[in-house]
Amino acid sequence: MNAEEIYNLLKEKFGDAILEMVSDVPTEPIISVEPLKTNEISEFLRDADELQFDSLMNLSGVDDNNAEKIINEDETTTTKGGTLSVFYHLDSIPLKHKIAIKISTNRDNPEVESVTNIWASANWHEREAFDMYGIKFLNHPDLSRILMPYDWEGFPLRKDYENPEFYEGMKIPY
Amino acid sequence: MILNMGPQHPSTHGVLRLELVLDGEVVHDVKPHIGYLHRCMEKHCEVMTYPQVVPYTDRMDYLAAMYNNFGYVGAVEKLMDIQVPERVEYIRVIMGELQRIASHLVALGTFGLDLGAFTPFLYLFRDREKILDLFEETCGARLLYNYMWVGGLSHDIHPDFVRKTKEFIDYFRPTIVELNNLLTFNKIFIERTANIGVCPPKEAINLGLTGPNLRGSGIKFDLRKDDPYSIYDKFDFEIPVGEGGVGSVGDCWDRYYVRVLEVEQSLRIIEQAIDQIPDGDVKAEVPRRVKPPKGSVYHRVEAPKGELGYFIVSDGTVNPTRVKVRAPSFVSLSALGQMAKGYLVADVVAILGSLDIVLGEIDR
Repeated sequence: MNAEEIYNLLKEKFGDAILEMVSDVPTEPIISVEPLKTNEISEFLRDADELQFDSLMNLSGVDDNNAEKIINEDETTTTKGGTLSVFYHLDSIPLKHKIAIKISTNRDNPEVESVTNIWASANWHEREAFDMYGIKFLNHPDLSRILMPYDWEGFPLRKDYENPEFYEGMKIPY
Repeated sequence: MILNMGPQHPSTHGVLRLELVLDGEVVHDVKPHIGYLHRCMEKHCEVMTYPQVVPYTDRMDYLAAMYNNFGYVGAVEKLMDIQVPERVEYIRVIMGELQRIASHLVALGTFGLDLGAFTPFLYLFRDREKILDLFEETCGARLLYNYMWVGGLSHDIHPDFVRKTKEFIDYFRPTIVELNNLLTFNKIFIERTANIGVCPPKEAINLGLTGPNLRGSGIKFDLRKDDPYSIYDKFDFEIPVGEGGVGSVGDCWDRYYVRVLEVEQSLRIIEQAIDQIPDGDVKAEVPRRVKPPKGSVYHRVEAPKGELGYFIVSDGTVNPTRVKVRAPSFVSLSALGQMAKGYLVADVVAILGSLDIVLGEIDR
């Protein structure tokens, strides 16, 4: 099945929860969906006979870098608005087709449904996205930091992240 | 009882802490704690230009640096739509397969070492040394090569490379038999690995296992055949799968034996490729400033440890917005908890060894 057919099938089944398909990107078409329907849609993607996406290749958080930057009077900057995205790259081993799904969520309160109950391999990928971007995956069995120390503050891969000066009372060089 | 295995423990292949929940000797749960080797590689990439990222990829899976280069440059070339010369593709495949052999030799050797077999480890390292010598002669480095560049290679191959590679193949082939006699069919080794850490096929896919670990569970899936990249579709080779030779399908021994068989298949690919290397240049026409168009790409290759994927988002400037690495070991390690349930503490070592993880690419 190619991306267009998959898009039409999803559109028929879920209606407005499927937002759009971007297919003019150089490499692969991406289907955008609503953040709080993820679980339902993923289950359909895995179980439908004509789709059978049994393997989650990759799950990645991305900062879309579209937040508005405000320069305060004391020359510090704060950001307002903007979105964070989660990309899912799915693969079907029996049917040999692939698809990319994109979910955008707002930056101030990023919430997405977890898909760990559907693909077990999503567990650590979601923890990494939470660790790096602060995206909350609802109903995740153990949403904790994974690469950074458990008591680290801030989300390092966000574009507005600033290095802290101290960690546990120790000065961080540079 | 809760017991910490690591962070400093000889069988964890690096700095990894396993929190074991035990009832006597029986493991109820394993919770890996990672991040001890976290070097913020993905954050670094965001301030580098595209070619500058290549040396960083070396340092992820440091036992298979060639293949990390291979995946990354493939992704950038796909994003920019660059066609590389045929000579480059052939050399990349040869280097990639030599690297696969070297990586599998470490995997097999240290797996034996974890279970108390010291001698095979030394034999395998002796042979791996010869591959590293070939790499050193070509690009000057033994471990972190920075050999594949966007649109080409850093150096052409050495004039003696073809002859020496052929000599290596002739020398190396009989040593596989030696390994089988020493370790593979050793009774003690079989006792330790057969029927341990059994992972049924459906569960293996769901847990995200890839590469030899997935094929050990009996699934014939190899990206070189199923989603061909580079010029792998030109070569004739087979995909070995686990068949439960001494126990049940998907046990530690199967995962081990798939690697032994893959080494043989890699030799076949090199033999076919080495005689066909066309003449020509080793650099494609690439603009001085590598500036891919706006968009994203997910490119995956069959690295020695499994599916290595690069997800690159470009905003049309010289720096990538996001480079996410889907490291095979990262996903394999996340499956450990599920696979080790109900086995003994000593078996956790065997299961971990059979998954063949490298902490460098888990923590990045």
